[in-house]
Formats: sequence, structure tokens, C-alpha cells
Amino acid sequence: MDMNYKPDQENLVEVNNLKMYFSVKTGWLSTTPLKAVDGVSFAIRPGETLGLVGESGCGKTTVGRALIRLYTPTDGDVFFDGKRVDAKSIGSLRKDMQMVFQDPYSSLNPRMTVEDIIGEPLDVHKMYTSKADRREQILYLMELVGLNAEHATRYAHEFSGGQRQRIGIARALATKPRFIVCDEAVSALDVSIQAQVINMFEDLQQKLGVAYLFIAHDLLVVHHISKRIAVMYLGKMVEMADADELNENPMHPYTVSLLSAVPYPDPKIAKSSKRIILKGDVPSPLHMPSGCPFRTRCQYATEQCAQEMPKLTDRGNGHMVACWNK
Amino acid sequence: MAEEKNILSVVDLHTSFTTDKGEVQAVNGVSFDLEAGKILGIVGESGSGKSVSAYSVMQILEKNGSIKSGQILYKGEDITKWPEKRMRDFRGKCCSIIFQDPMTSLNPVFTIGYQLKEAIKLHTNRKGKEAEERAVEMLELVGVNEPRKRIHQYPFEFSGGMRQRVMIAMALACEPDILIADEPTTALDVTIQAQILELMQDLQKKLGMAIIMVTHDLGVIAQMADEIIVMYGGRVCERGSAEDIFYRPCHEYTKGLLRSIPNVDSMGKRLQPISGTPINLLNMPKGCAFCPRCDEAMKICLEKQPPETRTPDGHFASCWKMIQAEIESGMIRPEDASGSGT
Repeated sequence: MDMNYKPDQENLVEVNNLKMYFSVKTGWLSTTPLKAVDGVSFAIRPGETLGLVGESGCGKTTVGRALIRLYTPTDGDVFFDGKRVDAKSIGSLRKDMQMVFQDPYSSLNPRMTVEDIIGEPLDVHKMYTSKADRREQILYLMELVGLNAEHATRYAHEFSGGQRQRIGIARALATKPRFIVCDEAVSALDVSIQAQVINMFEDLQQKLGVAYLFIAHDLLVVHHISKRIAVMYLGKMVEMADADELNENPMHPYTVSLLSAVPYPDPKIAKSSKRIILKGDVPSPLHMPSGCPFRTRCQYATEQCAQEMPKLTDRGNGHMVACWNK
Repeated sequence: MAEEKNILSVVDLHTSFTTDKGEVQAVNGVSFDLEAGKILGIVGESGSGKSVSAYSVMQILEKNGSIKSGQILYKGEDITKWPEKRMRDFRGKCCSIIFQDPMTSLNPVFTIGYQLKEAIKLHTNRKGKEAEERAVEMLELVGVNEPRKRIHQYPFEFSGGMRQRVMIAMALACEPDILIADEPTTALDVTIQAQILELMQDLQKKLGMAIIMVTHDLGVIAQMADEIIVMYGGRVCERGSAEDIFYRPCHEYTKGLLRSIPNVDSMGKRLQPISGTPINLLNMPKGCAFCPRCDEAMKICLEKQPPETRTPDGHFASCWKMIQAEIESGMIRPEDASGSGT
């Protein structure tokens, strides 16, 4: 932790050199640190959406969870609205920082009615004056996410996936947060329903001015919803830029191949486009390659890549890339 | 004759499941043809009956499910009438399947080699060393490095992409004419997905089998499929070539589906989702299955199922809106559209 680090007052969320290690048992009495997130820094402005993409195991979910302190970070600084987020302050800050989870089936308590699910954050933070006020707030939230008032007394299992995700979002919005971590919030939904929920996220942002950290693996969806996109690979951030800039002009070899691997929903483009197919699999995070973690699959890898991890540097207009060769 | 070209023809297939809540008609009058050596994509959302259609072809439905009516013609023979013993030969030798989740479709307590050899021994007369040679050869074909070493390893020692390669090797070991791939890349990351899709395309060219690709991902379908059928609520909405479906969609559902995926044109704009919620198969509407969610629904859509009709450019769609437009423009006569079949 860097106690002297001063956050930029214009940023709503600022993360500096965040590290999250888990210790994994690798033998009798021996443990190895699993570096799920290894020195990630970024910032989010009020009302902005930052997309966070990467493949499974790259640490994107861990970033989201460590950010709102569902995990206690190993190292690094997180600031919210200029205030340091730590064990002491999180109790009062969690009202402002909420999370929407991926699986709308397991993230809602099956024994609670919709009213109780959405009302629980209100109970925890004592955000109502009377029973009637609580009910009014719940109905307002339900209307906000497009649920009918008569759904209030039903249980989660009576709803479809898309509607359950709406319940989860209403719950996250209950405390009037200024920042929501959306962890694969639309990934489990069917295409037609996914579009409904994406539109709702955008509407809510316009109406309430919330900022999102939108974690997802679907690059088309992330590009659609985000203003800026950050790309992670094996716990490290390799590139960050404006969404359009990243799509048109990706620089890091990993981003380039990731974008080319996306099957594009248009037969002519999809069948003609040249794919850069990466060889092999992502290395195990327990046996991380030295230097740049991507070098084992990178066609440009040199001696230098094995020696040292390149720093994320600005290549103009806030396009940040961590690569020696590009 | 058209039949010679088609290695598999499904005619008016009805498959349903008996559940506590009543009979669920998962597949409700589905017809399609698969040409030898072509890739047919079946696309639809969850509950559209796309997987059940594929499982019906293999006759590997759950115990409570059965084919109620319809024909599945393999090289002109109706396999729904075949006894189980003959079906066993059909599975593997004539038609194989790979599943979505490579983690759960391999047995964790046997080596990869054992499981591969099992399939080979069962369907061919190769034994012992010969079977092992074939297993190694297959692993090599699907791009597993050091196959001789890896056949002695267990599934947990393989990554997700590698396991899916093993599944493909297993499915192709007996050189089937048809490979059914049920969401083969849904559980994989994009870069691994690209590897597997490329592998499938290569193998298809090399071995010349036909592929039925079941998926919900329009991107994957666009890349892979020659022909596409779009399913909703157990019925086929529209079928035609990949270009027909993506560039000249005629069914309102297909149009809605294409509008709701983000693409270059939609960046910075709002998506246009399909309103409403997915269909409940226990409570099917009398008319068009998509009618409750359709913005263009008319009175007839509520009452009567639309027949499959030829579209202006020659593919097929089942939509009253389109039929009405065709009648108005004089392309078809009203009495042609009043029937319930094609």
C-alpha cells in the first residue's frame, strides 16, 4: 500500500497497483501464491462505463470483487470519490458501490420474495422511515427495472432468467449507488433478452448517472456498452483505450488476436476475415512465465519479453499498451 | 433426385417430454434436409428445441422423451423405425455427436487413450495395438501435441480446449457421415473457440462429413454454416442459406434476433431488443409461437399457425406477415397460403 498516493479528485473510482494473491496448496505443507491480479491500475469517472475483458482465469472477476472488498486485496490502493477504501471505510462506502452477479439463478435467495430481496439492502443500511416508505421505494425500483408491482410477492423461481437479472439489478440499485460492478451481468441471458438488459443498463446510467465496471467476455457487448475498454491477460492489464479506438486500432498482440477471434455475426465478414489464431492455451497462473505473461503465445516475443514485464505506457490519446514490441 | 444429395432428411418431426406439469412439446413439426459434406446450422434461444431436434436424430433423448411422429431419413431409410440394436451401430459409425461441456462428457477415472480406444473397439474391428494406433492417429489429427504420451493421461490433465479436441477425435474415430455439434464452443474462451472452429472446418474439408451445428451464437453460425435453420418454440421459423438468413431475413423473429445483437452499425446507438419473455413450452399459443412477442402480429397470427412458404428470393419462412405481403404483391395466390403444410 502506498499511503502517499493521491487520487485524482475527478475520478469516482481509482485503482492503483491492485494485487490479489490467493495461496493455493501445492503439496504437503507447501503453498504457492496464485497471482490472480498482479498490479492493475485504472480509473473510472462519474457516470462512465469501463469495460473489462479477458479470457477465463485472467483475473477480471477478481478485480471487480477486490474493488468492492468482497476480497481483501493483498496490496494496492482503491479510492472511491477521493476516499481510501479499506476495512474501516467499506461499511459506509458499500452503499455507493454495488454489484450485479452473473448467474441470476444462484444469486437470488429462493426463500425470499422479490420484495424482500430488493428490500434487504434498504434494511441493512436503514434507508427508510416507515414500512410504507420501504414499500414505496421497492415499488419504485421495480418500476425502474421494468417489473410489475404484482411481482413483489412472488419468489425468484417464478421468473425467467432475464426477469431475475432485473431483480438483481433492482437490488443493486436500492441503495442509490454511484458505482456498480457488473460481473458478466448479461452473459447467462438469451440474445433477445440480453439486448433488453443492455438497454436497461444504458437507460439507468442516463437517468441516475451511475458508473459501471462492466466485466464480460463478449467483446461485441462490451464494445457496445463501454466508453473505454481494458484488456487483461493472466492478472495483468495489457491494453486500455477508448472503445472505438481499441476496436479499430488494437496494438497489443493479445488484443489483436482476441478481436480477430470474435466470430462476427455476418457471413461475408466472418468467412473472409483473417483470423490470428493463437497457438496453445493460457499458461497456468501457478506457473506464470517470467516477464510478459503473454510471451509464450506471442509471435513477436523476444529475449526482452522474457526478462521484464513491460509497463503500461500511453501511446497517445490515452491509448495505454504494455508491450515491448508494439 | 434430391434425395441422393441429402444424406439426412427430417420430415415433420414431433418430439415431446412427459413431465409432472404435463406434456412438453419440445419439437413441433420440424423439417430440414442435410446435404452430404455441408454444414447446417441450427440457431435458436434456450427452449427453442434446437438441441432436442439434434438428440432426436441420434435417438438419445431422456427417458421421459420420445419421438411422437415424423420421419428421420438417413440415406433414404427411416431410422425412427430401426430397433435399438441397429441404432447403436448408427451412432458412432454413421452419426456422432459432441457436446457443449467437454468437462463433463469425459469420464474422469479413465485415461484419454482408454476412452478413445473404447469407441474404436466398439464400432470397428480394430483391436489392441491397432486400436491404439488409431487413437494416436486421431489425436494427431485434431492437433493434440505428443499424442503417444497424452493417451496415458487423464481428462483433468487436459485444458478445456484440449478436451473438446479429444471429444472431436472420439466422435470422428469411426469416420461418421454426420457430425452433430451441440454448442461445441459455448463453454470455451474466444481464442480457444477460434481454434476449435478452425479445426472443425479443416476436418470437414479433409474428411468430407456433414456437420449439424447447434448453437445460440449467431457469430459462430455466420462463420460456419452453409445452410441455417432458425428455430423458435419448437418450430422452424425460417430456413435458407447463410446469406438468405443474414441479409434477407423474412420472419419477424429472425429480423428481431439480428437487430438485438450488437454490431458495428449499432455502436453508439440503442439496441432493438425483442420485447417480452421467452416462450413457455407448457403453454403454447394456438397460432404462431412467436406471436406474443411480435410487434407486427395480426389477428390471424393468434389463430392459425403460419405455413412454411417460399420467400421472394427462394428460401423458406413461416410468417403470416410475409405471406400477406406476398399476396398483396401478387406473388402467390391466397389459396396457396391457406393450407397448413408447405
